[in-house]
Amino acid sequence: MGVVNTHDILETIRMIDDENLDVRTITMGISLLDCIDPDAEKACQKIYDKICRYAKDLVKTGEDISREYGIPIIHKRISVTPIAMIAATTPQVSPVCYAKALDRAAKATGVNFVGGYSALVHKGFGPGDLALIDSIPEALSQTEFVCSSVNIGTTKAGLNMDAVEKMGHVVHDVAVATADRDSIGAAKLVVFCNAPEDNPFMAGAFHGVGEPDCVINVGVSGPGVVRAALSKAGDCDLTAVADLIKRTAFKITRMGQLVAQEASRRLSVPFGIVDLSLAPTPAVGDSVAYILEEMGLETCGSHGTTAALALLNDAVKKGGVMASSHVGGLSGAFIPVTEDAGMIHAAECGTLTLTKLEAMTAVCSVGLDMIAIPGDTPDEIISAIIADEAAIGMVNSKTTAVRVIPAIGKKSGDTLNFGGLLGGGPVMEVNPASPLRFVKRGGRIPAPMQALKN
Amino acid sequence: MRAILTVVGKDTVGILAKVSQVCAKEHVNIMDVTQSIMQDLFVMIMLVDISSCAVPFSSLQDELEAIGTDMNLKIHVMHEDIFNSMHRI
Repeated sequence: MGVVNTHDILETIRMIDDENLDVRTITMGISLLDCIDPDAEKACQKIYDKICRYAKDLVKTGEDISREYGIPIIHKRISVTPIAMIAATTPQVSPVCYAKALDRAAKATGVNFVGGYSALVHKGFGPGDLALIDSIPEALSQTEFVCSSVNIGTTKAGLNMDAVEKMGHVVHDVAVATADRDSIGAAKLVVFCNAPEDNPFMAGAFHGVGEPDCVINVGVSGPGVVRAALSKAGDCDLTAVADLIKRTAFKITRMGQLVAQEASRRLSVPFGIVDLSLAPTPAVGDSVAYILEEMGLETCGSHGTTAALALLNDAVKKGGVMASSHVGGLSGAFIPVTEDAGMIHAAECGTLTLTKLEAMTAVCSVGLDMIAIPGDTPDEIISAIIADEAAIGMVNSKTTAVRVIPAIGKKSGDTLNFGGLLGGGPVMEVNPASPLRFVKRGGRIPAPMQALKN
Repeated sequence: MRAILTVVGKDTVGILAKVSQVCAKEHVNIMDVTQSIMQDLFVMIMLVDISSCAVPFSSLQDELEAIGTDMNLKIHVMHEDIFNSMHRI
């Protein structure tokens, strides 16, 4: 059969049919810098028009490629220039009008999320940044498809602790503003350290200022495929495990690269990056936790979890890097608790705790992701969770993020249920000791020595 | 464009006949065929040229998938590049 043999063909079919292999997202990044206008209404119209013009064929093209190549492509999405930069020109109006313009554009183009209601404040705030951050609760409660992110630190700049303090309140307020919908607004807000400018994954995607006018980024997935490969391999040693994950990640990423190139060609938009990620879904069998358990842990969260995750994360990158011409975004294993059947189970039975998750984020791609916490968690504790996570990112020159959902009206042990890909899970316990005085100090945590490389 | 057509399922009379009938009807040229029994499963793989296919690719897929459903088989038709890119360096 030409150069590809029967075994390989059947392997691909099995990965797609039985092991949940998919391309998670094709994300079109669109610059809005040329939409800036001192009249907010005009700016919003320009934004709507530009997004609709550039992305009018995005969803259809994704569907066509999916059909032709036989690969599910789950999401078609859009990321835009951080809106704080656009809204800074119109201080007389609330930035929420921009969120509404993005929401309308998302509806018109048929994408399921648009990311970029964002501000980059790692070293300090401009007036536009403050206005945007203050408007996040309103923006996320009044829109359906808009995602928001705020970058509060980088390895080069250190941590803006005033922003950290502020974001504790904002996360809480977003949850309150959407309390009637299981606080879902908080699931669309990410607080970053070292936010990547080319991330295709929501809720943290935005289109960085160093990016071209328009670009196609693709995020791959496939935890089920990695787990199945390990399951077949039996009791081999960890060298063999790492090797097997690399080989599997290579195949997954090649598929993503093909889809990215094809989408880029058909849409006449430059190809940006492939994000080499293992992104779980709540579907049974599509879990990163199950991979760790397949490696030999009784339950995810046990001692040994951090080591197993470090191996997994590194092997995914090593396998993926050779399969793609340009790699970027978050690239690594994701551990969003409510979106991963194995993580949900481990959290429910108490093996997986917030402290263990924090340790895990030191060796994998994102951070404390999709974690439900008690609705009455004080804002300063949310701020302190953000500070801890950002410090891990800053010191290790990696991206970390916090996406916690204060489950309004619920306490530790209750469950939260978003449904769909956002999943659901138990409300996890937080350490109640107060970090109030530390958080209230504000100021900046200076950049670590790693920053001083020049 | 060339595509890989795969049929997996329980062996019954007439699988090859039915699939090739559709191919002939829609001007799809069969370039290569292998078939075997793997662990009690009938597995057939065809390399087909669909450059002159009389109907859009998605209609061809629908037609073949419908045969699959009728005969309790799984039939996929996918662009050959997906296999080349995943399994060749």
